[in-house]
Amino acid sequence: MTDTVQLKRWRRPPMIKRTWLRALVWVGVPLYVVLSLGSMEVNWARVIDGLPRAKEFILSFSSPDFTTRWNDIYEGIYESLVMAFASTVVGILISVPIGLGAAKNLAPTPVYLVCRGIIALSRALQEIIVAILMVAIFGFGPFAGFLTLAFATIGFFAKLLAERIEDVSKSQSEAIRATGASWSQWVLYGIHPQVFPRFIGLSMYRLDINFRESAVLGIVGAGGIGATLNTAFDRYEFDTAAAIILIIIALVLMAEYTSSWLRVKVQ
Amino acid sequence: MLELEKLSKAYTSGDYALKDVSFTIEKGQVVALIGPSGAGKSTLIRCINRLVDPTSGTASLNGKNITAMPTRKLRQVRRQMGMIFQDYALVERLTVMENILSGRLGYVGFWRSLFRKFGPEAENDAFGLLEKVGLPGYEDKRADALSGGQRQRVGIARALIQNPSLLLVDEPTASLDPKTARQVMRLIQDLCHERNLAAIINIHDVALAQQFVERVIGLKAGQVAYDGPPEGLTPEVLTEIYGEEDWSATVRKDGDEGASEAETPEAYAVEKE
Amino acid sequence: MAVKFLSDDTKKWQRHDLKTSLMIWSGWLAGLVLFVLCWQIISEATTWFFVFDAPRIAEDIFTRAMPPRWEYINELWEPLWDTFNIATIGTGIAILFGVPMAFLTANNTTPSRYIIRPICMVFIVASRSINSLIWALLTVAILGPGVLAGVVAISLRSIGFFAKLIYEAIEEIDTTPVEAIRATGASPLQVMAYAVWPQVKAIFVGVAVFRWDVNIRHSTVLGLVGAGGIGLQLSSSLNTLAWPQVSLIILAILLTVIFSEAISARIRAHIMNK
Repeated sequence: MTDTVQLKRWRRPPMIKRTWLRALVWVGVPLYVVLSLGSMEVNWARVIDGLPRAKEFILSFSSPDFTTRWNDIYEGIYESLVMAFASTVVGILISVPIGLGAAKNLAPTPVYLVCRGIIALSRALQEIIVAILMVAIFGFGPFAGFLTLAFATIGFFAKLLAERIEDVSKSQSEAIRATGASWSQWVLYGIHPQVFPRFIGLSMYRLDINFRESAVLGIVGAGGIGATLNTAFDRYEFDTAAAIILIIIALVLMAEYTSSWLRVKVQ
Repeated sequence: MLELEKLSKAYTSGDYALKDVSFTIEKGQVVALIGPSGAGKSTLIRCINRLVDPTSGTASLNGKNITAMPTRKLRQVRRQMGMIFQDYALVERLTVMENILSGRLGYVGFWRSLFRKFGPEAENDAFGLLEKVGLPGYEDKRADALSGGQRQRVGIARALIQNPSLLLVDEPTASLDPKTARQVMRLIQDLCHERNLAAIINIHDVALAQQFVERVIGLKAGQVAYDGPPEGLTPEVLTEIYGEEDWSATVRKDGDEGASEAETPEAYAVEKE
Repeated sequence: MAVKFLSDDTKKWQRHDLKTSLMIWSGWLAGLVLFVLCWQIISEATTWFFVFDAPRIAEDIFTRAMPPRWEYINELWEPLWDTFNIATIGTGIAILFGVPMAFLTANNTTPSRYIIRPICMVFIVASRSINSLIWALLTVAILGPGVLAGVVAISLRSIGFFAKLIYEAIEEIDTTPVEAIRATGASPLQVMAYAVWPQVKAIFVGVAVFRWDVNIRHSTVLGLVGAGGIGLQLSSSLNTLAWPQVSLIILAILLTVIFSEAISARIRAHIMNK
C-alpha cells in the first residue's frame, strides 16, 4: 500500500467547447501560417538593399524638408482640406434623408430597402476603387476626389445615423407623438434632440476620416496631397515625404482635439 | 506576530491618514477595526501589506520588518497575508478555480501561472477549500455568474489558499445582505479558529463586530482611540470614536445571546445555502 | 435656455440667450462661407466640359466593361490568396506588437510614464494618422515591390489602431481585482496576466476581428502602389484599359469584402453574446 493520497486535479476548461472545432484550430492555424509564409516570395537581396533606405527615412524625420517642394506641398494640402470639407458637407446633407429613410422605425419598407441598398453599396466599394472610376469618368482633379469622399460619407453617415435613430428612447418620442404632433414635428422634437449631439460628433469624425482618405486619393489622380507624396517616395526624396507626413499627422491631431472640444461643447 | 510601531501615512498635502498607530496582534487573534469612514481603516490594512506605502513607522510580521523590504522579498511576505475585499475583487471573467488558484501566484513563476500550472497540491487544496466555503462543484463557473455571498466565499478561498498566517479583511460584509453578512463573518471566524489565523477585520457594523471578535481597535482620524475587548464598547467610547448619537440599540447588553458558544459549526451548517 | 423678463412682468421663454444664439448662427454662417469657398476652389480646378460629358463616358465605360471576362478569374486566385494573406499575417504581426505596446502606453500599466509612454504615444499617433496605402508607398520604396511590403504596410497601420483601442480599455479596467492580485504576492507580470488581461480580452478579440475585416478591404488596393495582392491585377488591367477584366476584379473584390464582413460580424456577435 502506498501512503500517497489521491490528489484531486483540475484542468482549465477549454476555450472552444466543440472538440472538432478545437482540433481544426490547432491544426489549421499553424498549417495556414506555414502555407501563407511559404507562398510569400521575398527578394531578400532587395530587402537588404532597402535597409539603409529605411534608416535614411527614419532619420529624415529629424530634418524634414518643407522648402524644396513647398509649392507642391502647400497646394496638395490645401486641396486635400478643401476636398475633405466640401465632401463632408455634401455627403452629410445627402446622408440625412437617406439615414431617415434607412431607420426602421421611421420609414415605410420600400423606402427602407432602397436606402439600405445605397448604404450597402457605398460601404462595400473601396474609396480608392471609387476614385479610380470617378477619375475615369470625370477626369483628373479634385472634383473626382470630392465625389468619391461624398459617396463614401453617405455609407458611413447614413448607416450610423439610422442606427442611432433606431435606438432613440421610445418613451420620449412617443410622448411627443401623443401631443398630436405631425410627422415632421415628431422628427424635429422627438428624434432630433436625442440624435443631435451624436450627429455633431460623427460629422467631426467623418471630416477627420475624409481628410486622411483625401491624402491617398492623389495616388490615383483624384486630387490632394497624395500625388506629391507619391512622387516624393518614387524619387526617394524622404526629407520631403517626412515633411508631408508630419503635416498630415499635425492636421489629424488638430482635427481630433477640435472634435473632442466641440463634442464637449454640444453635450 | 504582527507588530505595528508608530505607523503613519501622510498625504502630500500634509494631512495624515494614519498617525503613530501602534499595536501588536498575537497568533490566532481576531481583531475588528472600527471607526467612521475616512478614519484610515482601509489605509491601515493596505499599509500592512504595502499596497500603500506608509510614510514612517514600521510594520513587522514574525519579526521581519515589512516596511523596509525590497519588492522581491515583499512578494514572499504578501503570500503570508491573505486579503479579503469589500467588493470581492474577483477577476470576473475568470473561472472560480482560476480565481482561487490566483492566491498561489506568489508561489509560482510567470510562465507556470500563465498556463495555469499551479501544481497538484494547490489544485487539491483548492477543491478542499471550495468544499469548505460551501461551493463544491462550482470550479468551472465564471465568477461573474455568482451571487454576492458566493463571490465573497471565493474571495475567502483565494485568501486561504495562500496559506497565510494573517488575514487582512476589508469590509467583508458591506456589500452583502444581513443574513449573508453573518454567514460570511462566521465563516471567517471558523476558519481563523481552525487554522489558528490572526485576522484584522475592517468593519462598519459595530454590533456584528462585537459578536464575532475577541478584540476591537477603534480608529479616529488616523489614530487609535480604543483598544480592548468588545464588551468595553460603551456608549461613551462609541461617542468618542464616531461622535454623538443614540447608541443604546448598538451596545451589546450582558447576557445577550450572540456569545461565541452559540456559533458552533452546526449552527453554521444549518444556515449554509 | 433662458427666461427673459419683459416690462409687463410676464416671462418670455427663449431657447438660447442672445449671446449663445449669436454664436450658433455665426458658426453656421462661417461654415456656409467656408463651403462656398471650397466649392469655388474645386470648381476652378475642374474642367466642366468633362463633367457634363460624364454620362456619355460612364455609359461608354460600362458597355466596354460588360460582360466581365469570366475566364480571367483563373488568373485571380493567386492574387486573392495573397490579398487574404497580406491582411491576415499583417493583422497577426500588428497584434504581436500592438498589444505589448498598449500595456507600455496605458497610464496604469506603463513602466515609465515620462519616457516610454510618450514614445509609444508618438508612434501610435503616426501609425494611425497615415493610411495603409501611404505606408505601402514607404514599404515598397524600402523593401521593394511584393507581398512583404503589403504585410508590413498593413501591420504598420494596424499597430497604432490596436495599441490605442487596447490601451484605452486597459485604462478603464476595474482596479479592485488588480489590487487583490497584487495582495497575493503576484509579480507585476502576473498581475497583468491575471487581473488586467482577462478584463480586456473580450475587447481585444472584437477589435482584432474588426481590424482584420478592415485590413482585407485595404489589402485589395495595396497592389496599386506595388505592394502585392489583387490590386496589382487591377492596376495593370487599368493601364491596358482592359475594362472587362477591371469589372471582374472589382466584382471579386466586392465579394471578398462582403465575405470578410460577414465573418467578422458573426464572430463579433458571438463574442457579444458570451
